[in-house]
Amino acid sequence: MTDLTDPTRDGGRSPLAAAAGIARRAVVSPVTVSIAAALLLGAVILAATGAAPLTAYQAILDSAFGSDGISDTLTKSIPIVGMAVALAIPLRAGLVNLGGDGQLVLGALAAAAVGLYSPFPAPVTVVCALLAGVVAGALWAALAAVLETVCGVPLLVSSLLLSYPAVSFVSYMVRFPLLQKGSGIPQSERLPDGVRLPEFAADGGLGTGVSIGILLIAAAAAVFAFVEARTAAGFELRMTGRGPRFAAYAGVDRPRLTLRLMSASGGLAGLVGAIVVLGFPYRLTDGALTTPGYTWTGLLAALLAAASPIGTVLAGFFFAALTVGGFGMEQETAVPQQLTQVLQALIILFLAVRTGVFAKGGRFRRRPAAPPPPTATAEDPAGDPADPAADPAPALGGR
Amino acid sequence: MTFDAELVFSALRALTPVLFAALGGALCERAGVFNVSLEGTMLTGCFAAVAGSWYTGSAWGGVLAAVLAATLFSAILAVGAVSLGADAVVVCIALNLLAVGLTGFLLRTVFGTQGTFSDPDLKGLEPVDIPGLASVPFVGPALSGHSPLVYLSWVAVAVTAVLLSRHPWGLRLRGVGEAPEAAQSLGVSVTRYRYAAVLTSGALCGLAGAQLALGNVTLFSENMTAGRGWIAVVAVMLGRALPVGVLLAGLLFGLVEAIGFRLQGEGLPQQAADAAPYVMTLVALFLATRPAFRDRRLVRRRRPAPPATDAPSHPDPAATPLETAR
Repeated sequence: MTDLTDPTRDGGRSPLAAAAGIARRAVVSPVTVSIAAALLLGAVILAATGAAPLTAYQAILDSAFGSDGISDTLTKSIPIVGMAVALAIPLRAGLVNLGGDGQLVLGALAAAAVGLYSPFPAPVTVVCALLAGVVAGALWAALAAVLETVCGVPLLVSSLLLSYPAVSFVSYMVRFPLLQKGSGIPQSERLPDGVRLPEFAADGGLGTGVSIGILLIAAAAAVFAFVEARTAAGFELRMTGRGPRFAAYAGVDRPRLTLRLMSASGGLAGLVGAIVVLGFPYRLTDGALTTPGYTWTGLLAALLAAASPIGTVLAGFFFAALTVGGFGMEQETAVPQQLTQVLQALIILFLAVRTGVFAKGGRFRRRPAAPPPPTATAEDPAGDPADPAADPAPALGGR
Repeated sequence: MTFDAELVFSALRALTPVLFAALGGALCERAGVFNVSLEGTMLTGCFAAVAGSWYTGSAWGGVLAAVLAATLFSAILAVGAVSLGADAVVVCIALNLLAVGLTGFLLRTVFGTQGTFSDPDLKGLEPVDIPGLASVPFVGPALSGHSPLVYLSWVAVAVTAVLLSRHPWGLRLRGVGEAPEAAQSLGVSVTRYRYAAVLTSGALCGLAGAQLALGNVTLFSENMTAGRGWIAVVAVMLGRALPVGVLLAGLLFGLVEAIGFRLQGEGLPQQAADAAPYVMTLVALFLATRPAFRDRRLVRRRRPAPPATDAPSHPDPAATPLETAR
């Protein structure tokens, strides 16, 4: 019914009415509804395990955005938003890069190796380490792209399978050749003094611990947003996402596109790894990048935003806040922080089934002619192209 | 390192979870559902198996719980992807993460521990000695003394193979996967067959999880499936979604894991042993590259046939039983 009133509101000259229309549509957008539904189901799970849902959610909010929490949230945003944008790049064209972990740790390893052994002065070394991270991640991701385009292994599988050996390799390198002597922890030597990304000052209102890596991630997201919206390459990318067959017919060179998107994606993932190594505690620790599940949180954030550049940044920030809030909630209310992981997965589940946005061009185009279930019909207007949140529809048929 | 019965034994043990999951994946592939949630479903099965065994005091209670929980879990995929038209890959990615989060959450709330739950009182599956076989040299120690689920997995391969190739259900299932409109027009419910395939794959993943958590070891640890569900996805591709092909692909994985584990005892770094199965599957995928892979229609041909008559004829084998079924 909202959809019936919206056009008249937008048609009116009053900017206030237009804003109200946008707000109204944002409220009933699939994203908002999915988040609400996930929170509701999360509350049921909490209540079933004997915890107080509202107290738990309040604790998440307090610890994510409280005066102490906000700098933690920003720090966590670096890897999560970074990985979200990295994975959104191919996702926008309907390609799923599941190998983020491998690209991330290889970037971190390359950066750590350059940082430890570079003969150059510290500032040059920092730049070299960042570049090495980008190159390492990009090459590994490009390999996955080649496996798909030349050997016909679906990208989904090739990228994921390549990830495991990379993680094992980095774990080996940290535990043996790069191991810090005399410490029982599997971590590399500390990077030399000066080989690190500066942090914002503690008095700057942001709190300490937030490195300028966050600016690099913001810049990467801005570049992605610009390229996606304003260049020919971005047009090919979006066209492939909306209709792979149409794009192929229009002359998009798919293998080339896959290779470029995966290289960009892996490069950014590698950059994230390098940024993390060049931030506190200035060393590569085994499992520090894979255990928190940055890749998976990032992938869910990219899916939540349907891989739109700005939306992905916002979704990544939201999930970073949720993750940080989860740790705070665990301390305050003894509810395990895994709850936030459950919430993130539930949001995507609700989104996927509610909008059907993701279904376009997918495997189920050839669905039977049987009348669709009433729920699906009722939700259809929400997936209307006029709805900003339902816009991008990456056809995830590209595997 | 020597190739001995013990190696075959551990290869068969490593094979079993992958085999169950891959059979489920093959059924889904045949029904036209790209199921990459095997990993998460198996993990759900692992947790339910340990919880079930702990609370009923019997390993079989655990197996039952695993099958039920994993079937229920896969019902989410069935409802989402088959009824509501969501993209199966997105739903599966979310399901895999849901399984990791939910099992971790429940491990904390139900067992009050973090990371790993194991207890001397937790009942695992007892090994079965096959009478008569146990005394045969080499074959006996390799094939006898496994958990019952290992033998069940071999039976499952045979049952699935016969079902898919000979039984009307199997033929209709393949028809649904290959030509949904044709199947629908002949009165076969596409929805029902896809539901059946996804739910059965859930039950099989439950058995996989039970074998992993109560057979191979007797404990639950967070993310203990460690990529086996993805190996199963690859096994489905390598084995062309054929039960026997899946078995052979799984055997390859089992052998590599067993050899890696053995070499680890002889000084190979653990990380190399961990990576070996994935490298091996990648190499196998690389070698198995055929044009058929390129268009992702893995299950187009069931047996070698003259290429010219292949494409037009493939609806036919499905059509006959479909028609007779009406």
